[in-house]
Amino acid sequence: MQTPRLERVPRFASPQDVAGLEARLERLFEPTHGLRAWLGTVDHKKLGVLYIVTAFVFLLAGGIEALVLRVQLAFPSQRLLSPEAYNQLFTMHGMTMIFLYSLPVLSGIAIYVWPLMLGARDLAFPRLNALTYWTYLFSGLFLYSTLPIGLSPNAGWFNYVPLSAQPYNPGPGIDVFALGMVLLGFSTTGSSINFIATLARLRAPGMSINRMPILVWGTVTASVGNLFMLPAVSLCFFLLHLDRNYGMHVYSGYGGGPLLWQHIFWFFGHPWVYALVLPAMGIASDGLPTFCRRPLVGYTFVALSTVATMMIGYGVWTHHMFATGLSPMANSLIGAASITIAIPSAIGVFAWIATIWTGRPVITTAFLHFAAMIFLFVAGGVTGVMTAAVALDWQLHDTYFVVAHLHYVLLGINLFPVLGGIYYWFPKMSGRMLDETLGKIGFWLSFIGFNIAFFPMHLLGLLGMPRRIYTYETGLGWDRINLVITVGAFLLALGIAVFLFNVARSLRHGRVAGNDPWGGGSLEWSTTSPPPAYNFAVIPFVASRHPLWENALDEGPQRSVVRRGFVLDAGKETAGTTLLDGMPYTIVRIADETYVPLALAVAITLFFVALLFKALWIAAACIIAMIALTGAWMWPRAELGQRRAVRHE
Amino acid sequence: MSEGIGVGHALPIGGEGRQSVGWWGVMCLIATEGALFAYLLFAYFYAAVNADTPWPPSGPPDLKIASLNTVILISTSGTLWLSEHDLERNRIRRSRLWLLATIVLGVIFVSLQLVEWSNKDFTPTSHTYGSLFFIITGTHLAHVCVGIVALAFMLVWTLLHYFDAERHNVFTVGALYWHFVDVVWLFIFSSLYLLPNLGLTHGG
Ligand SMILES: [Cu+2]
Repeated sequence: MQTPRLERVPRFASPQDVAGLEARLERLFEPTHGLRAWLGTVDHKKLGVLYIVTAFVFLLAGGIEALVLRVQLAFPSQRLLSPEAYNQLFTMHGMTMIFLYSLPVLSGIAIYVWPLMLGARDLAFPRLNALTYWTYLFSGLFLYSTLPIGLSPNAGWFNYVPLSAQPYNPGPGIDVFALGMVLLGFSTTGSSINFIATLARLRAPGMSINRMPILVWGTVTASVGNLFMLPAVSLCFFLLHLDRNYGMHVYSGYGGGPLLWQHIFWFFGHPWVYALVLPAMGIASDGLPTFCRRPLVGYTFVALSTVATMMIGYGVWTHHMFATGLSPMANSLIGAASITIAIPSAIGVFAWIATIWTGRPVITTAFLHFAAMIFLFVAGGVTGVMTAAVALDWQLHDTYFVVAHLHYVLLGINLFPVLGGIYYWFPKMSGRMLDETLGKIGFWLSFIGFNIAFFPMHLLGLLGMPRRIYTYETGLGWDRINLVITVGAFLLALGIAVFLFNVARSLRHGRVAGNDPWGGGSLEWSTTSPPPAYNFAVIPFVASRHPLWENALDEGPQRSVVRRGFVLDAGKETAGTTLLDGMPYTIVRIADETYVPLALAVAITLFFVALLFKALWIAAACIIAMIALTGAWMWPRAELGQRRAVRHE
Repeated sequence: MSEGIGVGHALPIGGEGRQSVGWWGVMCLIATEGALFAYLLFAYFYAAVNADTPWPPSGPPDLKIASLNTVILISTSGTLWLSEHDLERNRIRRSRLWLLATIVLGVIFVSLQLVEWSNKDFTPTSHTYGSLFFIITGTHLAHVCVGIVALAFMLVWTLLHYFDAERHNVFTVGALYWHFVDVVWLFIFSSLYLLPNLGLTHGG
């Protein structure tokens, strides 16, 4: 092996000027095919698709659980589910939707789209990307492992002690939840680190931070937030596991107690809501302008309000604890702080409305989903401000009003923009268009179904129906509303089914998309659909926020260059740039395909399985395997520029 | 335009320190691990403030071993800094010796910490204080062990002549993590050992 040079002047040329460039990049970036190429892949496009597909499988699982719950509640005094089965199902439903669907689906979209938007050939840490996918998949299977034997977690997704403590909740369910959350936490932390490092170094030359797509702002804000919030949830669940299995007293005895759980959990739990919605708002902020034929109104304000929302979101966790007897002063302050979140939220809403208002909207299925998000966001936001008022919260606490609010927020600002985003980028991912007629049928079914299912829940809450009861008696005035809600839930499910049918059908029969079916303005539309394994034959140079719209907008003399750029073909390479200005800075090497991340994910998962069975010797063996695999992973490689080639080689 | 932003200049491959993606990766790791320890200490102080019995239950902890260990751990940051300093000047052999010294001191820290544990008159199951004391020091101890394993790999790699003055980013990034583990200990030592001995106890 020849000694790698420490630096090089990258050639600046167009692909046609470099003989055999594309074939050479193809061999470098896609050396294998078939199953091996999937199990050992480090390609962000393959991993992004795996993430999205897995998240949708969990969405279906959580959705089916919800439908079973709704059948049980459709009529009073039903006995379809036992109280215990009901408790397990609503816990699994919440846990699945909040942890296994909402964030992973956004990660999957970002993992697929980011490098294409940024003009890079992969994420900063491609092997970490593989590791975080496999640990996400395995943690999901782990969390679902006790469902078939009827021993799932049953204390709700926020799993309060002492209900979840060992004396009151023996059996494996809570421990599966606790350990599974720690395992999933590794995955989410890893993907967050990957996004931050990618943002810091892998943007195309010229893409200063005020030229990044809003999706990038949203994802990186969520990722920075994740770094600081995820340790809280991993810790509070891990401490619970120690209490339950090794006789510790963090949440019992004097000192800690149940409120310690609530503080740590909600210190994670409230910011988490923003991690679930900010990237999704970013999808809409990038998609809407394409269909309105104009740039986003108020780019800078939207970007800054994204960051501001997350920062305020860190200071308001005790608004989930108004009913626990904290001091009136604390409640008032946190209530007021919670209401201020309406300000950055409103900035986003006004920016979207102004974009539609001043644009020439093309009413596609994707556009409808984004527009629905604005509507649902306003509705969910208003009820959020209502519950931020302490006195009203005491009345509404633990009623269906809260259930309505959180579904408007989480489905409205996660599911709808995600579906819109898939209509938007499916042509890029597959090379084919989704069917617009089917798309609109699916949209209206799910939008109408959603509102029929969740709007009446506000009324139910005001009428005093508590959440998480497995049945109710007739004559309380809740009967008819519950039946309506169940009908709405099935309509929503039907809408999702139409969407899935559309995807399955269009993969084979959809109209061929071409590079840029929507006339988009960002870099992903400059490459083929689906993109080649190496994304870009040459690394583009960016001169504005909308590299592909410069001639149409004609805002100045500067023009981006996408047909010429850095060639970078001396190995798997992409351009490294500076943090703020995006000036050329380094040549970043990309790792080759490897099974090590998959093997490491297996070892970590087995470690948690061993902990679950308290098989501590097996756990120790797993630690040794993890050390060996990490050593193999980190072993400095000349081709990654981490070491000089060795003399005796 | 493209010519205006630095085409035609030599760019480092991979890069060193802040240039590299690895530096960003480890800084993010340090941020999230720092948050983890902050939550652990929050739990400790929350329990301390809310306890209705003396905190710590058996009086302020003895400072002897913990102080010695603090000195040892701080000195490992010094020896590791010297190791990197020598590496940057291509004094590879001295660099290895300082790295080896860092590992040995790290192992001594772990051993003394185990002695400290066995000296305690309570266990993790005695009371909330006991649980949190062992969880916090245990979490830190686990991080020290991870750090020692990382340093051991780095020693192997310096023995294999992988690093020199111009190319040692893996070393730099690994060292950052070790310094972080040292700094965290200062917070733990201050919270669990110094404050109770300064009389900032509760209910006693
Ligand atoms: Cu909240």
